[in-house]
Amino acid sequence: MDIHEYQAKELLSGYGVKIAEGGIAHNTEEAVQRAREIGGHIWVVKAQIHSGARGKAGGIKVCKTIDEVNTATQDLLHKVLVTHQTGAAGKLCDKVYVEAGTDIQKELYFCFLVDRISERIVMVGSAQGGMEIEELAETNPEAITKIYIEPAVGLQDYQAREMAFAMGLPSELMSHAVKTIKGCYRALRDLDANMLEINPLVITGSNELVALDAKMGFDENALFRRAKIADLRDKTQEDPRETAAADHGLSYVGLDGDIGCMINGAGLAMATMDMIKLAGGEPANFLDVGGGASAERTEKAFRLVLADANVKAMLVNIFAGINRCDWIAQGVVQAVKNIDMKVPLIVRLSGTNVEEGRRIIAESGLPIITAETLAEAAEKAVAARNQVVANETAGA
Amino acid sequence: MAIFINETTRIIVQGFTGKIGTFHAQDMINYGSNVIGGVTPGKGGQTHLDRPVFNTVKEAVDQGGAEASIIFVPPAFAADSIMEAADAGIKYCVAITDGIPTQDMMTVKNFLRRFPKEKRMVLTGPNCAGTISPERSMLGIMPGHIYMRGNVGVVGRSGTLGYEAADQMKRLGIGISTSVGIGGDPINGSSHRDIFEHFEQDDETKVVLMIGEIGGPQEVDAGLFAKANMKKPVIAYIAGLTAPEGRRMGHAGAIISSAGESAAEKVAMLKDLGVTICPTPSAMGETVAKVLAGLK
Repeated sequence: MDIHEYQAKELLSGYGVKIAEGGIAHNTEEAVQRAREIGGHIWVVKAQIHSGARGKAGGIKVCKTIDEVNTATQDLLHKVLVTHQTGAAGKLCDKVYVEAGTDIQKELYFCFLVDRISERIVMVGSAQGGMEIEELAETNPEAITKIYIEPAVGLQDYQAREMAFAMGLPSELMSHAVKTIKGCYRALRDLDANMLEINPLVITGSNELVALDAKMGFDENALFRRAKIADLRDKTQEDPRETAAADHGLSYVGLDGDIGCMINGAGLAMATMDMIKLAGGEPANFLDVGGGASAERTEKAFRLVLADANVKAMLVNIFAGINRCDWIAQGVVQAVKNIDMKVPLIVRLSGTNVEEGRRIIAESGLPIITAETLAEAAEKAVAARNQVVANETAGA
Repeated sequence: MAIFINETTRIIVQGFTGKIGTFHAQDMINYGSNVIGGVTPGKGGQTHLDRPVFNTVKEAVDQGGAEASIIFVPPAFAADSIMEAADAGIKYCVAITDGIPTQDMMTVKNFLRRFPKEKRMVLTGPNCAGTISPERSMLGIMPGHIYMRGNVGVVGRSGTLGYEAADQMKRLGIGISTSVGIGGDPINGSSHRDIFEHFEQDDETKVVLMIGEIGGPQEVDAGLFAKANMKKPVIAYIAGLTAPEGRRMGHAGAIISSAGESAAEKVAMLKDLGVTICPTPSAMGETVAKVLAGLK
């Protein structure tokens, strides 16, 4: 789960990380008010969306007058920002963060990540901040320092110093740097974050170390014990279909194709989507209905898939283990009857109680296309989709 | 011989008396697994499914001779249960639980590394369907009847995609020595590579099928191990050709977050390492058949 920059900064500030003075604003009046409270002669108005690379997308504006703060806020609020991380749909900006301008002497890169190879937390830093770490890793990998942290004892002072020196921090900033780095580590561990990135971390003209941006990602499996973090979730930044799915215990990812999918198990779902592509089609979504899918959950899944107007055919592929094919078949029949489906439906059932499941589908009298194997299911789905498109073209 | 479990392996269920634990324990007993009892703290001394309930794993090992365990404990308490099993002297543990926090799994892995290798419990999962040595023992939640005994070692992240592979092979008359689910989490008990080591040592296993997916370095790491250390042929399928970058595809670990983690990249690297690639997910059975035919 991602959170906003202002939320991450608030959390980190509680762990002793220095941030510039700032405040959140939902309209121009609030933005102007925040700027006046902060005082000074330079402010930065920053779009709060769940994405990095906001600067390049015009989401960060430096203002020299209160009027400019007003205009910048107007420019950003209620706009959809497209960065190279958001995808073409972009993200809606419904609040801005107004921050005191910082006198930047030097920009550094700093982050903590869960490393899947070492199964430890790794601290990554570079004297070259501001640019994206992937870019830096490609162009200048020697400029990146990685330090792995032993989980039982945690981050040690010498490791924080080693990182501070690697980032080129002067000796007089060392104790401040150690405090900042250890504060970040504590935040990561205490709050079950799996990512914490400060890019850039800056040295100011008055020789202070300030987190100019902050990004944190949290382990969704740990939210049950981090209620305060769970409260920071901003559903407006998520695909509404994915949010609706999650609320029903379904795992859904919207894609650009037109063959809707409902499958049990993440691996089988990905494999079925691969099969659709190899058969010449494009999947409209990933959807894992999970184990023990009730008729009610099956219907919810159908509604979710069919809410995507692009869907021209729907493929159901169930390999029942904990699930039972007869339950799934009943759910499918009930869903088709309740929803009034307009697109062809292809169903492939396999595993526990498969004969009973197939009998229920066959005896329903509904126009459901059945398939025995994965390959057959994908081919029939693509053929049905092509037929729908051909009919549309002929009709138009 | 199969790996990890066979008909004599003495199994306990952690979270034995709960609804899910009860359901799957009964299913495993019906399959023929040697389930000797289970653990539910506070219910020690009772009988459940005609078998004793123990308060601690240590009691189950000392009094019941438990060797393997399966965990159905809820996410918040699962890491604790895994460490309890490891400390009690359980040799092989399957964690079914889905949703264990990543930092808890880091603690578990660190805890396991404290034991010298010969005394270290092997953990597979969490977030997996378990392990089965067909027609002998099932330590998991899979539909046992779709598995046939044979000479193919299977290791995969996904449950249902593993069923699909077993089903395709059975239709072609090909059986499995052991099928191991390693689970879909970013940090798991054993990697593909860890399981490869066991299959290479197992007389019954002639070829190994790896069912991988997008995200993380494990499939390629296993390929590197196979090239350097294995005589047995390895076949692989990598799911997620259509998965976009940066999106989590159901499994917590199934996300392309850096170079080399997409299905296409993994396939290319595995090919270079001499692994036979299944061109489509529906060709897992026939690809295994071809490789097996080549052995004779």
